[in-house]
Amino acid sequence: MDRYWRPRDLRAALDIRAGEGARPLAGGTDIYPARAHHAAWEGSVAESLLDLSAIAELRTLERDGRHWRLGAGVTWAALRDAALPPGFRALQQAARQVGGRQVQARGTIGGNLCNASPAADGVPPLLLLAAEAVLLSPVGERRLPLDRFILGNRRTVLRDDEILAALLIPAERAEVPSAFVKLGARRHLVISIAMAAADAEGRATIGACSEVAHHWNGEVSPISDIRGSAEYRREAAAEVVSRALTLASAA
Amino acid sequence: MNRVAAPPVTLLVNGETHALSLPPATRLSEALREGLGLTGTKVGCDAGDCGACTVLLEGAQACACLVPLGQCEGARIETVEGIAATPEGQALAERFHAAGAAQCGICTPGMLVAATELLRENPTPSEAEVEEALGGVLCRCTGYRRIVEAVLGTGPAAEEGGVGARLPRTDGAPKLDGTALYGADGAPADALWLRTIRSPHPHARVILGDLEGFARAHPGLRLLTARDVPGRNGYGIYPHIKDQPVLAGERVLYRGDAVAALVGPRDPVLSVPPSALPIAFEVLPALGDPDVALGANAMHTDFPDNVLAEGRVTRGDPVAALAEAAHVVEGTWRTSFVEHAYLEPEAGWARRVGDRVEIWCSTQAPAMDREEVAGVLGLSLEAVRIIPSACGGGFGGKLDAGMQPLLALAAWVTGRPVRAAWTRPESMAASTKRHPARITARAGCDAEGRLLALEFEGIYDTGAYASWGPTVAGRVPVHATGPYRVPHVSARARAVFTHQPPSGAFRGFGVPQAAIAQEALWDRLADACGLDRLEFRIRNALVVGDETATGQVLAHSAGQRPCLEALRPRWNELRAEAAARNAKGGTLRHGVGIAGMWYGIGNTGMSNPSEMRLILEADGTLTFLNGAVDIGQGSSTVLCQIAAEALGVPVSALRHVNGDTDLTPDAGKTSASRQTFVSGRAAMEAALDLRARVLAGRNAAIGWDGKRLTVGGEAFVPAAALEGVGRFDPPTTPLDGEGQGVPYATYGFAAQICALAVDTRLGTVALQRFVAAHDVGRAVNPTLVEGQTHGGIAQGIGLALMEEYIPGRTENLHDYLIPSFGDVPPIECLLVEESEPLGPFGAKGVGEPALVATAPAIFSAIRDATGVEVTRIPALPHRLRAALKEAGW
Repeated sequence: MDRYWRPRDLRAALDIRAGEGARPLAGGTDIYPARAHHAAWEGSVAESLLDLSAIAELRTLERDGRHWRLGAGVTWAALRDAALPPGFRALQQAARQVGGRQVQARGTIGGNLCNASPAADGVPPLLLLAAEAVLLSPVGERRLPLDRFILGNRRTVLRDDEILAALLIPAERAEVPSAFVKLGARRHLVISIAMAAADAEGRATIGACSEVAHHWNGEVSPISDIRGSAEYRREAAAEVVSRALTLASAA
Repeated sequence: MNRVAAPPVTLLVNGETHALSLPPATRLSEALREGLGLTGTKVGCDAGDCGACTVLLEGAQACACLVPLGQCEGARIETVEGIAATPEGQALAERFHAAGAAQCGICTPGMLVAATELLRENPTPSEAEVEEALGGVLCRCTGYRRIVEAVLGTGPAAEEGGVGARLPRTDGAPKLDGTALYGADGAPADALWLRTIRSPHPHARVILGDLEGFARAHPGLRLLTARDVPGRNGYGIYPHIKDQPVLAGERVLYRGDAVAALVGPRDPVLSVPPSALPIAFEVLPALGDPDVALGANAMHTDFPDNVLAEGRVTRGDPVAALAEAAHVVEGTWRTSFVEHAYLEPEAGWARRVGDRVEIWCSTQAPAMDREEVAGVLGLSLEAVRIIPSACGGGFGGKLDAGMQPLLALAAWVTGRPVRAAWTRPESMAASTKRHPARITARAGCDAEGRLLALEFEGIYDTGAYASWGPTVAGRVPVHATGPYRVPHVSARARAVFTHQPPSGAFRGFGVPQAAIAQEALWDRLADACGLDRLEFRIRNALVVGDETATGQVLAHSAGQRPCLEALRPRWNELRAEAAARNAKGGTLRHGVGIAGMWYGIGNTGMSNPSEMRLILEADGTLTFLNGAVDIGQGSSTVLCQIAAEALGVPVSALRHVNGDTDLTPDAGKTSASRQTFVSGRAAMEAALDLRARVLAGRNAAIGWDGKRLTVGGEAFVPAAALEGVGRFDPPTTPLDGEGQGVPYATYGFAAQICALAVDTRLGTVALQRFVAAHDVGRAVNPTLVEGQTHGGIAQGIGLALMEEYIPGRTENLHDYLIPSFGDVPPIECLLVEESEPLGPFGAKGVGEPALVATAPAIFSAIRDATGVEVTRIPALPHRLRAALKEAGW
């Protein structure tokens, strides 16, 4: 089946998600490219979609008591252009380098996390911010630290009846200046070979150098692929982390 | 239509409200194009990688291919058609037009839309802000610099006039308002769709199952296979090698080989999964490496050793010369498959008209397409008409017939119009590539730095079918010395079959790969003799009167030395800057590189004529019949300038008819940098012929009064149409067994320098500057010459630093990287005009010369910066870092 729902409220969305098992869609910037590959070799895709883009409460970006609440439907462009405390700089710098303006205008932070690419540029900055994922289902809410939300390459703990609603970021962490360094083989529109986020208190995270981005501890477990060899990634990881730390401490 | 019925989606497009009854998951790009006929929004990848489909959605850039129609309920959308109708859109388009910022034009709608978003927020952006705002749109033609200048309003100004004028493209206007029709545009609404079923395996036996059963179960669909081909089930560039099947009958020889065509209404055609088709594959071992293929069983019975073609040039005694040389250097280089990545994937449509078939398609070679289609359908040439669409980039990749025989076949057997558009992954899998080359070379010079000898051995992976492999094997050894005097030469290139994508024609026909080896050797020899690298090249540059390695004496227009000398001031400045920066230390190392190149214009040692016609009708209309297709490089503009200048009228006097094989004579293909030289000379001759007929012996000036031709200031309308005909076939001789002869009537010459910085810790390269000196004989249109130079350099950057096609791995434009905004640094073009007497007004060609010197100049600069020689290409960061590490960095 290829049904399509675009509810305006979260409750309705949760019911559809639980009842129909439809795949959540936000900016479409991962779902539609996958369809292009499929069309070439397999033909068109029949898949039911739950479009979350009309749900206003998924797009909040605000201070909420001791947390910053970052709605899963917040776009890269909204993040990029928002006035936010200095701890968000790494995330904002990542937002500026995800795809082009087109993808930044449509793609969302929630989509980036749920797609769970090892090269997802949103993950290292959010790990640095100690973000917690808020998952909703018709039966309730659960909160998980980001490193327990993403399990592996294209794998998360999201259940078929759940929606990633928001990320919660401790307000005090958001005050620690941060920086992001992306390494790619061209200037724009490039999937990271490696990327790092770091803050002025010496924390650092590394992405695209292991199955899931993680806090920097000097160790990575990279693969060799078309973008770079494992050996190169090991070296580059240390280098981009070091550069991100330098930038963050200068900030 | 088996789509789920849905309530209509209402949206505001370019100020008008539309209700579209399409499934809500439909891509907005498809809804605009198919639902509203707004084909100015182009489809380049359906994956958000290229930005050709950029529209403004609530004022913000969006890739229409990534937006579900259902997300657009009530949304305000602006497309290029709407923007072009506004005063600010027109002003922007005018700047693009003047600067030559639209070449093939396929990315132009996306560029204009992206720039509009920027300029509304920020009417006076910086260069960096332009690059960031437009960074989501890829361009394969221009090298981006002229686009940035057009947005900023700092590009070259337009000029009126004939030869020598910076005349904006004569076919430019429709590319700037979205009305130009490309291969995927303008098919009849009732056209059936054709989907090609391709092998996912590099080598397999094809097992066709119950075709009748499939037909019974799918009454609306037609599944065409090899047995449906009425004529010759094979096509190919050479008359004696028609080896690529339209539909493979027994074996598939590469991933992407066509096996069947499914024809019918769009949705069912696209939705049938391969598992439902009566087609199976028995996978067979594949030859992935030409070195292995050389000793393996033959893939094609006519080529028992898997060597498709061998080219050879032998002169003097290189072994003896090298034994006596003061300095001898050698090396081995490996390059990769390079994808043309024209941003318009192959597309077109065909219809049967009685006993004829007409094909509308994006092509570089309408006359060759006509021959292929006639052969495949078993028809006479007269029964086939090719109507070239606007061409969204070719670079050699749209010289092979590819889609055309399939469309013609489907239209022929169904009797219905049939359309097709390859998806990006399909285009990348199926189409030809630049040959990966493995080159081993050795060279020597005397103590004063005079070149003595070169030995060159090139193995070129030609893939599954012949395509242009013989042309590459023939051209490479002729060019192996580069534009330098080398008295003793032994050069050989072999094109070897493998189960890889067919390697074909790609801007330079194998010469860019060879130039990498040749120029690297010269750098080392220059160092060995203690000579400056530029001065070493000047010392050895071919000049008029010299004999080339094929024994050809260069009689005219050999501008290598002037090109190198023109670079000298910049060379010294940039070297001093690099030295000053390096003196400060740090992770970045700066370097400056240089490379020269020459390029034979036209086919190698064989006839390649062109014919042009210019008609003065009895009603006063002046019609230029030009069969040379303009693929974005600007041949239509150049040929109009030449014809108008030779006749004595302004370009605006010409009614231009282009490409249609029913209406225009055969101008040959748009390849080998030949259209300005060969078709240009034919256009000049046609105009001179018409001029003589008009004047009929009188001695008077020809002019144009705005409506009619004038002779001696008086309006001139002939009693009956007068026709001027011009033909030109450049004088060449075939090469003998030793590769001796006159392969080309003339050569383009060039030298480029590149300044860059290497990040020694990460192995990344930041390009800072190119200076390119090109001897084009005469710049018929300097803006177009510069446009070719910029675009060639951009493609050379891709070849050198990032482009590597791997079947099944990089079949899209996010895994296969081409240069984006910001990857092409400022370029300074120096025009050198060593007049070629055979050329029109002295002109030669520049299309391929633009690219050849770029990659070697980059590698020369990397070596200058770090001492590291790049031998595995492209120099991706991990490869360069590994080489740096080995060198102790």
